[in-house]
Amino acid sequence: MQSRANGKQRPNSPNIQIYRPQLTSVLSIANRASGIVLSLGAVGLVFWLVAAANGPEAYTYTQLLLASSPGQIGLLLFVFAFFFHLCGGLRHLAWDAGLGFDLAAIYRSGWAVVAASALLTALSWLVSLVMRS
Amino acid sequence: MIIRSSNQLPQYTFLKRFPVPKNFGLPATSRIEGGRTWPAPSGARHIKVFDVYRYNPDSGRNPSLDRFEVDLDDCGPMVLDALIWIKDKIDPTLAFRRSCREGICGSCAMNIDGTNWLACTRFISETDDLCPIYPLPGLQIIKDLVPDLTHLYAQHEAVQPWLSAKSPEPEAERIQSIEERQQLDGLYECILCFCCSSGCPSYWWNGDRFLGPAALLQAWRWLADSRDEAAAERLDRLDDPFRLYRCHTILNCTRTCPKGLNPGKAIAEIKKMIVERQAEKDQNVGG
Repeated sequence: MQSRANGKQRPNSPNIQIYRPQLTSVLSIANRASGIVLSLGAVGLVFWLVAAANGPEAYTYTQLLLASSPGQIGLLLFVFAFFFHLCGGLRHLAWDAGLGFDLAAIYRSGWAVVAASALLTALSWLVSLVMRS
Repeated sequence: MIIRSSNQLPQYTFLKRFPVPKNFGLPATSRIEGGRTWPAPSGARHIKVFDVYRYNPDSGRNPSLDRFEVDLDDCGPMVLDALIWIKDKIDPTLAFRRSCREGICGSCAMNIDGTNWLACTRFISETDDLCPIYPLPGLQIIKDLVPDLTHLYAQHEAVQPWLSAKSPEPEAERIQSIEERQQLDGLYECILCFCCSSGCPSYWWNGDRFLGPAALLQAWRWLADSRDEAAAERLDRLDDPFRLYRCHTILNCTRTCPKGLNPGKAIAEIKKMIVERQAEKDQNVGG
């Protein structure tokens, strides 16, 4: 890729700036983003465990933090990222076996991942609410 | 919303483009500047607006986006017809590749309305009211809509897309059964337009070392050929973190192929073949 015109470097055509987001690319980047959320969430999980080991005072403080609205939003995001990454991972597992490459199947499984992770998030949230009351 | 073929346009997308700045990550000389507007001839009643990427290597200036108003009553139905109309009637300096005008030569591949397609098989009526036209994404631009394909051709050559047989040459042709021949359906039809490779985000970031879907589809075409006897060497060459495994199964390739082929599946088949061969080797060592 060393071609030059008039001693001047040729321009690169735009890519991500102009390409239309489609289910294929959006779910791929979302899978990575959810992976990052999971790593951050894992740090949070360790924080919570350390607090629990540290005694009632630290634990109460952490629980308060989690019960606050930013804490709840973060937790919801973490739970959604967990299910999204799980379902997306299963989709990738099927692809690695050479299954589901028909374009209709790609879209079907893609929307299924979105629906299933939303549903599982809502379900686990519901279960936690029922268990608390 | 199930897309059954790459021919179907995205009827519904949340966004027309990703929420990044217009010139995000582009080198200084690649940033797109505002261009001029070329109005339709007076008396035109049905006007369609195209925003076309322009770059003139002789001007010493950055690329720009020119706005062309096309008189639809005077122009054919395809995007290529509009480009030819612009070149004939408005600005003869507009540069683009075209040849067969029927989707078999692969010359007029470009980014139309946000996705890669052949200009000759995309209806103008299927594009947005304001239709942007860019060259194939992530490539070096020679002029206007003409990208430099040297590297893509070199990558095609790197997979050695020809029959490699060790057994002595038969007196007549090398025979294939009907079933063996059918294994090549969906592989041999590739016209090397490079819509897939230039639509692949992984290729945008690692195109120098990742072979890209177009070349890998051809790699699989020869691995799947019953007459070819160099599968081991082919797989050894491909088994590389960049050449093959920069494919993260994003599948923009399968989504965009204007011939309805499935490079994503072909790459998965190569990965599978490598795993199976490794398993076979391990078994032989164990036994």
